Amino acid sequence: MADTKKIKFDLRTYMMIIALVSIWIIFSFTTGGDFLTARNISNLFRQSVFTSMLAIGMVMVIIMGHIDLSVGSLVGLTGGVVAILDVWQGMNPIMSIGITLLLGLILGLWNGWWTAYGNVPSFIVTLGGLLIFRGVLVGITGGTTIGPMSDLFYYFGKGYLSDTIGIIFAVLVGLAIIIIQLKSRRDKLKYDFEVLPLKFEILKIVVSVALLVTFILIFNAYRGIPIPLMVLTVFLAIFTFITNKTTFGRYIYAIGGNSDAAKLSGIDIKKITLTVFMLNGLMAAIGGIFLTSRLSAASVAAGNSAELDAIASCVIGGASLAGGIGKVGGAVVGAIVMASLDNGMSLMNVENFWQSIIKGLILILAVWVDIYTKNKKSAA
Amino acid sequence: MEEVLLETKDIIKDFPGVRALDKVSFQVKSNQIHALCGENGAGKSTLIKVLSGVYPNGSYEGQIFIEGEEKKFENIHQAEENGIAVIHQELTLFEEMNVAENIFMGNEISHNGYIDWNEMYDQTNKWLKKMKLEGVKPTTKVGELGVGKQQLIEIAKALAKNSRLLILDEPTASLTDNEVELLMKILSDLKNEGVTCIYISHKLNEVFEIADYISVLRDGEYIGGDLKDNLNEREVVKMMVGRSIEQMFPDRKYKAGKEILKVDSLDLKNYEGEQILENISFELAEGEILGIFGLIGAGRTEIANTLFGYLPGSKKGDIYLDQEKVDIKSPKEALHKGIALISEDRKRFGIIPPMSVKENISISFLDKFKNLLVVDENKEIANVTELVEQLNVKTASLNTKIVNLSGGNQQKAILAKNLVETPRVLIMDEPTRGIDVGAKQEIYELMNKFAEDKMGIIMISSELPEILGMSDRILVMHEGKITKEFDNRNKDISQEDIMVYATGGKIDG
Repeated sequence: MADTKKIKFDLRTYMMIIALVSIWIIFSFTTGGDFLTARNISNLFRQSVFTSMLAIGMVMVIIMGHIDLSVGSLVGLTGGVVAILDVWQGMNPIMSIGITLLLGLILGLWNGWWTAYGNVPSFIVTLGGLLIFRGVLVGITGGTTIGPMSDLFYYFGKGYLSDTIGIIFAVLVGLAIIIIQLKSRRDKLKYDFEVLPLKFEILKIVVSVALLVTFILIFNAYRGIPIPLMVLTVFLAIFTFITNKTTFGRYIYAIGGNSDAAKLSGIDIKKITLTVFMLNGLMAAIGGIFLTSRLSAASVAAGNSAELDAIASCVIGGASLAGGIGKVGGAVVGAIVMASLDNGMSLMNVENFWQSIIKGLILILAVWVDIYTKNKKSAA
Repeated sequence: MEEVLLETKDIIKDFPGVRALDKVSFQVKSNQIHALCGENGAGKSTLIKVLSGVYPNGSYEGQIFIEGEEKKFENIHQAEENGIAVIHQELTLFEEMNVAENIFMGNEISHNGYIDWNEMYDQTNKWLKKMKLEGVKPTTKVGELGVGKQQLIEIAKALAKNSRLLILDEPTASLTDNEVELLMKILSDLKNEGVTCIYISHKLNEVFEIADYISVLRDGEYIGGDLKDNLNEREVVKMMVGRSIEQMFPDRKYKAGKEILKVDSLDLKNYEGEQILENISFELAEGEILGIFGLIGAGRTEIANTLFGYLPGSKKGDIYLDQEKVDIKSPKEALHKGIALISEDRKRFGIIPPMSVKENISISFLDKFKNLLVVDENKEIANVTELVEQLNVKTASLNTKIVNLSGGNQQKAILAKNLVETPRVLIMDEPTRGIDVGAKQEIYELMNKFAEDKMGIIMISSELPEILGMSDRILVMHEGKITKEFDNRNKDISQEDIMVYATGGKIDG
């Protein structure tokens, strides 16, 4: 059995990255190189942060075989609440962020409770949530736009890390990569499992660190690492860890794969479902705070149809709406693909309606390619 | 000289890892009721699916002839156009629609796109009369009818499409005696009107009552066939089983220890208030294999699910584990108390299709591999590898998706999943359903090994040879009650003994 162990990579995420790089190459030609400037790359990543945040929460819901249509309204409502606390109440920013995050959890609990314990299909529960949360937002803000936000929010929305801090950050992440890789190798050897030859292992580390350094240099060539991007990276790491390494993560996949079998395997489906919806609510609240910070104001239309972008990102990133399949990293790559399309087409001065049409086509194409290759494989 | 309506030549159908049909050649003559017999997994259902276009031309090898002309069905519709209709074990009626709508589903009588309801109701009345369904109206909702009547509606639906060859797959599995009698009567009427039937069943008494010709399939091969009058039940059984029971079921010394499980007057009502189980009492000792036999709807699976904490409904009575009273409310509790269940429906309750073999096996006791918050994957792989080798699960790697394994290997993987923590009581509901003979035998050997390791095993099965060959004691169930307990340590109970109590016929006599 050990001899069949090959270099392991997730083909679908891998294909997504190839697709992403191709899109970048195409755009750098069509825009005469404007696309690949440090400034644009920096902007591109910053633009993808909002959808990425939502996609991280959404992809767990989708893996579990559910859907959350209320995310856009959740963003609007939490973004509105944080603005009310900051601007109208003059509350300490840390305090108002804390309260808003708690609100996100509670609203997620609402969605999760109806779905898990009320047995109402999540499509219906969150469609209801979409209307309710937006309604509450209009009610509490009286339909007005609230701003401007205090300084701390500016940094969260638009700030950059100084070059030095960026480099320190890069060194820390680089060290973490090296330590994790080597520890994993040592643990495998403890069990006498097959490992890659040491030189490949070192090559892997060198490539990862080189990629990291390249990005840091690009960002520093403009204004430094965008703070929102760093916050996103932290959440990406946390949720990748949760879904890949913990029992909780494994249970999410099991429930989406076959909830009846999962139940008979002793998994507490209701509890897990509730928790995943709460985490999604939390990510939506972070998205809400971020959006309000970036615009320095909350409006009643904020986050409109953001859930659809999040769902599209998950699907482009390889998640299956049937459940059981998907990756947090894939969803973020999906969000970056969407942001790249927006960004590149804007640079080319493509009209807005075309952007919408092309994004829609890409979404369908991504799923079709996946289904087509899968069918071919099973027919062979 | 009767003419041949249907003929197959060298039909071969392969599934991953299993050859379901191996060069099946046989003939069905016009105006006959042709019985097709075989054990579960013999290939009967696969053969029907080939004949009826469910498996399109090209997905199997061999030829099909109808009245001497070769046919290549690409879909069910083409088979229907050639007069072949199948009545499946699970009915395909729309319960929310009425009788007329169901009979003419996909075949509506219409003029210029408008449905001619009067004509349809008129014709439905004729069919209802033919099916002896007095009292049923064309406008009656099908969901309001019993299973037996629904079956007759299904037959009418098939005949309304001008079917000449009616294939019935285990039609009496969920019928009462009276309904069976009515069905027999209607089938022989139809025969007189020129309809040919392939009648699939493993109930030999029915087969001998109604069939003109009997064919036997075993392990995907056509074993033989003859006119009914030239055969007797014993010969047919021998053809079906093909090997003596001693060969199939490995020997084991009965060595039961102390009692581990006791069920005391268990009653169960579902949410509608129907009595599902009534006064169920039995014990299980360590090292013992307890067989539970009953027909569909007898309540076998419900016992298993109740013990496993999975059945909704109101429960009365006590369950003792190691002399201690327990109240198991969820599968999670059951697993932690050492009760494991292998469900009868592997697809629905067993495998998690998108997950790998490794992840499927470890999912029930994932906490065992937990190191702080993290699943220690190395520990997981080491443990799972050991089980996979011990149970001889054939898989390309631990990361192979479980759906890519053959049925037998999936079943072994599910068994492995329940052994990550060795259970005290292992409940196996139809442990060998839909798997090939080789894997069956491996599972029997494993069961014996577990019993020797002092596990208590409850085996629920609708296959009599399996019940008789493996069990130390046998409980026979009928309509939610235990009608008889047999001591089978000497393996000397006969199929007839059991069937009498399973049909509930002669309990007093």
